[in-house]
Amino acid sequence: MSTTDVLVVGAGPAGLACAATILEHSSLSVVVVDAGHGPGGQYWRQPAPAVGADALDPAELADLHHDRARFDALLHRLEQGRTDGRLQLRSQHHVWSAVPDMQGYAVHAVDRGRGPSHVPGSTTVARALVLATGAFDRALPFPGWDLPGVMTVGGLQALLKAGGVVAGRRVALGGTGPFLLPVAAGLARHGATVVGVYEANRPARWLREGRAVARNAGKLGEGAGYAAALLRHRVPVRAGRMVVAAHGADRVEAITLARLDRAGHPVPGSDQRVAVDAVGVGWGFSPQLDLAVTLGVDLTPDVAGTEVVAVDDAQRTSRPGVYAAGEVCGVGGAPLALTEGRLAAAAVVADLTDGRVPADVVSSARRVVTRQRAFATAILRAHPVPAGWADRLAPDTIVCRCEEVTLGAVRAAIDERGARDARQVKQLTRTGMGWCQGRVCGYAAALLSSGRPGPAVERLVAAPVPLGTLGALAEPTARPSRRTGISDDAM
Amino acid sequence: MSTFEFDGAGIEFRPGQTIGAALVAAGQVSWRTTRVGGVRRGLFCGIGICFDCLVTVEGEPNQRACLVVAEPGLTVTTQEGTGHEHD
Amino acid sequence: MTRAVIIGAGIVGSACAEALTRRGVEVVVVDRSAVGSGTTSRGEGNILVSDKGPGTELSLAELSRRAWLEVGELIGPSLIELEEKGGLVVAQSRAGLEALARFATGQRAAGVTALDVGDPQVLEPRLAAGLPGAVHYPEDMQVQPVLAAAALLAAALERGATFRTGTDVTAAVRDGDGSLSGIRTADGQVIEADVVVNASGTWGGEVSERLGAPVPVLPRRGFVLVTEPLPPLVRHKVYSADYVDNVGSSDAGLETSCVVEGTRGGTVLIGASRERVGFDTTLSVPVVETLARQAVALFPFLARVNLLRVYRGFRPYCPDHLPVIGPDPRVPGVIHACGHEGAGIGLAAGTGRLVGDYVTGARTHESAGEWAELLPDRFAGPSEQQV
Ligand SMILES: Cc1cc2nc3c(=O)[nH]c(=O)nc-3n(C[C@H](O)[C@@H](O)[C@H](O)COP(=O)(O)OP(=O)(O)OC[C@H]3O[C@@H](n4cnc5c(N)ncnc54)[C@H](O)[C@@H]3O)c2cc1C
Ligand SMILES: Cc1cc2nc3c(=O)[nH]c(=O)nc-3n(C[C@H](O)[C@H](O)[C@H](O)COP(=O)(O)OP(=O)(O)OC[C@H]3O[C@@H](n4cnc5c(N)ncnc54)[C@H](O)[C@@H]3O)c2cc1C
Ligand code: FES
Repeated sequence: MSTTDVLVVGAGPAGLACAATILEHSSLSVVVVDAGHGPGGQYWRQPAPAVGADALDPAELADLHHDRARFDALLHRLEQGRTDGRLQLRSQHHVWSAVPDMQGYAVHAVDRGRGPSHVPGSTTVARALVLATGAFDRALPFPGWDLPGVMTVGGLQALLKAGGVVAGRRVALGGTGPFLLPVAAGLARHGATVVGVYEANRPARWLREGRAVARNAGKLGEGAGYAAALLRHRVPVRAGRMVVAAHGADRVEAITLARLDRAGHPVPGSDQRVAVDAVGVGWGFSPQLDLAVTLGVDLTPDVAGTEVVAVDDAQRTSRPGVYAAGEVCGVGGAPLALTEGRLAAAAVVADLTDGRVPADVVSSARRVVTRQRAFATAILRAHPVPAGWADRLAPDTIVCRCEEVTLGAVRAAIDERGARDARQVKQLTRTGMGWCQGRVCGYAAALLSSGRPGPAVERLVAAPVPLGTLGALAEPTARPSRRTGISDDAM
Repeated sequence: MSTFEFDGAGIEFRPGQTIGAALVAAGQVSWRTTRVGGVRRGLFCGIGICFDCLVTVEGEPNQRACLVVAEPGLTVTTQEGTGHEHD
Repeated sequence: MTRAVIIGAGIVGSACAEALTRRGVEVVVVDRSAVGSGTTSRGEGNILVSDKGPGTELSLAELSRRAWLEVGELIGPSLIELEEKGGLVVAQSRAGLEALARFATGQRAAGVTALDVGDPQVLEPRLAAGLPGAVHYPEDMQVQPVLAAAALLAAALERGATFRTGTDVTAAVRDGDGSLSGIRTADGQVIEADVVVNASGTWGGEVSERLGAPVPVLPRRGFVLVTEPLPPLVRHKVYSADYVDNVGSSDAGLETSCVVEGTRGGTVLIGASRERVGFDTTLSVPVVETLARQAVALFPFLARVNLLRVYRGFRPYCPDHLPVIGPDPRVPGVIHACGHEGAGIGLAAGTGRLVGDYVTGARTHESAGEWAELLPDRFAGPSEQQV
């Protein structure tokens, strides 16, 4: 067991900004724990650290990061903290539980960076705990969505940012939200033919959000930039379209698109088949709440009814000593996550020390948060899941990918056995009981059974842990890891 | 060029890539069959959330191909069902 | 026709509904929430004789076992995943084996089939090598609790019962002479009834108070570990014969006695801990670690298997660790059926039978006979009786 003043879960923009700000304005010790190969989170996702002539060089992928300088500045600040012995970054560490402890909070993690047969556990006790666990893609089922080659939009992006790999030669993107555009632009630049970006919602929805848009003019510039890039690569962007099926034998070979009517239902007879070898579909993001729910911090619904961590204007949660920043508090993009990370740092420094983060830094951060949260809300309102998302599902469409539960079985639980929420559907059909614990299908199961995103799911175990690790029985034997560089503290 | 072994064949990769990225780059989109329907699966979420990309690495089943970093000489095999069928 | 309101659609309330409608009683089941969503969805589905020494609870377990087989026949055993898979209690030390052998001898005298097993690996090849011995209980069974509760309730609904979900019971409605005429709900409605069955599980204490017939039901926390899906590598319910008293948390009376079993879905369940910590929902990492260690000691292959989920529930227990089943002497018309602690799934079908007898008058307070020990009288002291 080790101890620290502050433990930050998540090394994305929010967690990194938080750690860097604490290092800069206090003498507190900080441990950052993150499941990724290195710092960056989703936004600044990088290839795993590697050496060798043929190693993937982040510079080859620099075009995917237009604020690399900010990331480098944060890394520099963290590197200093490491040299001073005040910071530890534990990459490839998956936190499976965070619980109250006499001295604050005990955070239990498994280290997945030492090869498949050696998965040691660790416990760190911290006086303050910052949850910066981000978000993951929200997926909805459709016939054929379980074919290889069909991925989430974020998954395509991660493959490109971390692996330099475009998932296919002819790629289609579907779903909703501004995130579709940069992913399409990146794929096109790196050699894919993006056959189309199919945005379910129509631009007219944005007209209702004039105020938030006007206050965030920079975001429009960003969007215009992607639009220009897409034009350059002849990528068609079609609004009011939805991917209603994927086809193929052992992998995706084509998709069917349908036009959506004003109410968000696929128009009969509007089907169009497009040949593809990869598809990315995403309906926005779901905040990663597993640790927050188990800690029992208060949650609050966003405008779309999705629960997010409730924080005060200093990023304090309802539980003393627990702070939250970034997309756990609601999806809003990397700049917002960064700013919230800084605010959370200010609260930690104020609560744990006699010192302070300068008042002007805090107040300007607060203004940015207010403005960008308004914009994030506008995005949520302009990009809802269409009412007819499930119209074209068939009884044999898989809903739960892990347990292979079909829509027919889910509907039977609802119609014949009275299931009224995702938990009841799970109890009756196993939907959400598999490896992913409902992170992928839970949203759909909630919509199907209750018409709403439903309450956040309690998952007492936030990441799989080998029983041998838990019982501390597994000797570090089996096969020794072949890994050369150990990721612990790798920066 | 660095290579690892996938079902007996060599897969070239660039150090820094995950096993999943390397397989996709090599044109391989699936590397497991499900335990109920026996259908093929590969990457879906790409970030360790969905567990669709499970694969056997160095004889250890249920490794997420999107997380495990490729290394020269690793033995990677298609996973059937639970991955423990021959335990 | 007698009209009964059953409070609680857990396994016990659902079994009562099935048993009562079978006898032609008009039944309304009410629950704050959905069928099987209380403690019934939080535990394992063991239907056991192996863990019970001679006495009333064992008699109820035997009655209940027979009742489960009948119910299974009626509903279709595979629909509720009812399996007569048998239990294997494994000793991990010589002393443990001697204690186990003594216990089994007493059980045999009470009619339980308990077979000595010299080499446990013959029945359970994946067990650790060199364990000194075991006792095989072929009568132990398993069921999927939520599916079973849903199916029992569905059977009752088919016979004309009604189910009112989202209904919180707040009080009993009484006639001028003090006898019960119905219940009142949080939304102000009155549901008329000749009989009210308190099958509200862990909340049985609170509900009984609202009904004016308090019985003490307390929560006893338990965690169950669930692994990744596996092929059928564990065939029986496998128990460690040793209850491990956990040092350090004697206040809460933490006990873990490891039970390992496979499920139809492929996951392996590892249960279960027992702690008296009220309704504290916090995950206890030491408990999880202890259960994992015990499970790996029994089945070494589990060391490499991942834990995916932990369930937590609060078993309903009475201070004397026996359920309270039968008519309340203080409020005529109230019948209790709660406090089954860690055996409510197993004892549910038998409880339904007893409640059926009491409601129809086939059995009365006076003719409780061998079930008298379960009557609420033990909690209804004289002073309260005058209320
Ligand atoms: C797959 C994906 C790709 C994305 N790509 C982009 C993009 O290219 N451009 C863009 O603008 N936005 C992108 N986003 C949106 C993204 O959410 C950003 O807005 C931003 O990264 C949010 O920052 P954050 O710090 O809140 O969280 P994140 O960047 O998501 O960081 C959270 C970190 O916490 C870690 N974590 C979570 N739970 C645990 C745990 N239990 N144990 C250990 N670590 C844990 C995660 O591994 C992650 O590294 C992407 C989102 C996803 C899901
Ligand atoms: C970890 C663990 C493992 C277990 N393993 C086993 C096992 O292997 N075998 C076994 O036999 N037992 C086991 N049990 C015990 C078993 O789960 C319980 O004894 C059983 O579920 C109790 O069922 P019940 O119907 O009495 O209660 P519940 O299922 O809790 O049902 C009570 C219902 O009453 C409702 N209710 C409460 N108050 C009100 C009100 N005011 N108005 C309306 N409705 C109300 C609730 O919503 C609930 O649905 C285990 C328990 C735990 C915690
Ligand atoms: S692709 Fe989802 S976990 Fe690997």
